Amino acid sequence: MPKQPVEERIKNFKEVALGYTPEMAIKEAERCLQCPRPFCVEGCPVEIDIPGFIKLIKEGDFKGALRKIRETDLLPGVTGRVCPQEDQCELKCVLRKRYQPVAIGRLERFVADYEFQKGELEIPEVQPSTGKKVAVVGSGPAGLTVASELARKGHKVVIFEALHKPGGVLIYGIPEFRLPKEIVEREISILEKMGVEIRTNHVIGKVFTVDELLEEFDAVFLGLGAGLPLFLNIPGENLGGIYSASEFLTRINLMKAYMFPDYDTPIKVGKRVAVIGGGNVAMDAVRCARRLGAEAHIIYRRSKEEMPAREEEIENAEEEGVIFHFLVNPVKFIGDSNGQVKEIELIKMQLGEPDSSGRRRPIPIPGSEFKFPADTVVIAIGQGANPLVPQTTPDMETNKWGYIIADPDTGKTTKKRVWAGGDIVTGAATVILAMGAGRKAAKSIDEYLKTGKW
Amino acid sequence: MFKIIEKERVAPGINKFVIEAPLIAQKRQPGQFVILRLHEKGERVPMTIADADPKEGTITIFAQEVGKTTMELGTYKVGDYIKDVVGPLGKPTPIHPVGTVFCIGGGVGTAEVLPIAKRHKEVGNKVCAIIGARTKELIILEEEFKKFADELYITTDDGSYGRKGFVTDELKYQIENGKRIDEVIAVGPAIMMKAVCELTKPHNIKTLVSLNAIMVDATGMCGACRVEVGGKTKYACVDGPEFDGHQVNFDLLLKRLDTFKKEEKIAVEKFLKERGKNR
Repeated sequence: MPKQPVEERIKNFKEVALGYTPEMAIKEAERCLQCPRPFCVEGCPVEIDIPGFIKLIKEGDFKGALRKIRETDLLPGVTGRVCPQEDQCELKCVLRKRYQPVAIGRLERFVADYEFQKGELEIPEVQPSTGKKVAVVGSGPAGLTVASELARKGHKVVIFEALHKPGGVLIYGIPEFRLPKEIVEREISILEKMGVEIRTNHVIGKVFTVDELLEEFDAVFLGLGAGLPLFLNIPGENLGGIYSASEFLTRINLMKAYMFPDYDTPIKVGKRVAVIGGGNVAMDAVRCARRLGAEAHIIYRRSKEEMPAREEEIENAEEEGVIFHFLVNPVKFIGDSNGQVKEIELIKMQLGEPDSSGRRRPIPIPGSEFKFPADTVVIAIGQGANPLVPQTTPDMETNKWGYIIADPDTGKTTKKRVWAGGDIVTGAATVILAMGAGRKAAKSIDEYLKTGKW
Repeated sequence: MFKIIEKERVAPGINKFVIEAPLIAQKRQPGQFVILRLHEKGERVPMTIADADPKEGTITIFAQEVGKTTMELGTYKVGDYIKDVVGPLGKPTPIHPVGTVFCIGGGVGTAEVLPIAKRHKEVGNKVCAIIGARTKELIILEEEFKKFADELYITTDDGSYGRKGFVTDELKYQIENGKRIDEVIAVGPAIMMKAVCELTKPHNIKTLVSLNAIMVDATGMCGACRVEVGGKTKYACVDGPEFDGHQVNFDLLLKRLDTFKKEEKIAVEKFLKERGKNR
């Protein structure tokens, strides 16, 4: 798939990957073997009929292909871009054993974009109203999926979003160059046309409690996301110039700080930015820093093999001139007289025995500390559970990390008529896993609304 | 969209706004705040709720024109709309019958301490208020405090009204004269709250302060507002905004507040230049 040339893209926030032309898409679709037992579908958390939609692309029926995807995934423009296909559908593709797997994600993205370019949106069919009302808290991938599934079944859905714009992590977290906000807005607009109501600026736990929602709604789904930044808890972490990845990315993506002062929200990026972490969020942050003109470094405590980021993102970051430092970990941050960070004390690490995640545990090498100059630091080491809703919902159980306890098959919490899914249940994961959880919860909610059985 | 119902210039550079926000008006409690965003390109700024009328569905805020957003808000008129108002955010002030409470407001902080002082009175505490400003014309809400406060003291830096000096000078005088003080709540510039805490700490007078940290989402998601309280990192937006002042690391707060000083100046200059052009 064609990409924006490196020397241009590091100067803008426009999308890096340019997408297929119709000819390229048909050619790629022709590679699909149409397996009678498609393993790719087993690899898809939302069970898209992959051979089905690819066949339609091959026949040139792009609209039909999109309709097919939307049967189980209302956000193909999003998932076609941000799903880790290499670990899911494409991992299971039989062609992968000898050749390249079919580029399922790129095809998915193509049909979504094709519709957009044509300017016509096809709204999925909605069943007659059931008179039941569902409150969905959070408009990220999990919440949007629950809303679309239940709206289709004829239930009235109201989404409550804390921020001023719907989309959750798709809006505040993932940068424009990886997921254009126009795409997210377009796919959410379909939901609104299906009758879903979105109330922004509503912080549940503050303006309404879950119990208050239950007075008005038959069911409540909590798709809160993992909205609490984790820090390293080492000295100097509160110095100026040290951001959580959430703050850094929210300023840039949601608040458009890269267009300051045309937009009011500032971001301060120095000459030398160090991003701590090796996941997709770290890659997003470091590539943003690069585009804001900084020399950008990744500081990761394990080696390249253990990095949880998608290969494609690591590759993009490397192409864009990001400098990687492996097997090093921050010990403390050192500031200047104005309280701004100026350097990091790092310690070298070595890999020991595998830990519970199956990856080899990083162990500090005593006496190997050294100073690493950096005037901006972004901490991208993961997310915890935001406490606002659990704190105000005392009869709903959470685990020791504060995540909501929910049945993995149904999304049911320990509180009647309340379901949960996505990062607030599993801890920080992927967009598509949150959507998968949303689908399961939606099915369970629909059953409950029809039968009244909890 | 949130409609401005009332606007009043209460002092040079300080505007009072009554804004239609029925849900927030019903839920808010003293000490809580809202986040405002003026328009599509606007930043999210926290503003303490000074008052609310649940029947009318309105909240009241006082905004001092110190940065680009508050200056721009100052140009908004009755009938104009603010794009986003989110709240009520933060924890309410813990208010219990304790005896005598000194409620201290510095500058626009006077408006922020007002609802807290009122509630202290409602629960039966003796309320002594100290309100201070640079000069007489910047003293706000004097009449409001007079209506319910048991004692009201005013200070101005230049001595143009009330006691000459800072709010801490009055507080010091009260302490030294053996006034019984069971609790202090101070709202105002960080440097003022720091001074209040330095004064009350040796006397072991419980002191609450409301921290005006930089915020973005204000729901606990970004950590921009992190402050150090008792050696631990806390988020002003969800753990606060009020904390035990004797535990707060004010020097860190002051430095963090300066993080975007340069950018704030750029934004103000741009705003003033553009406004000049439009005239």
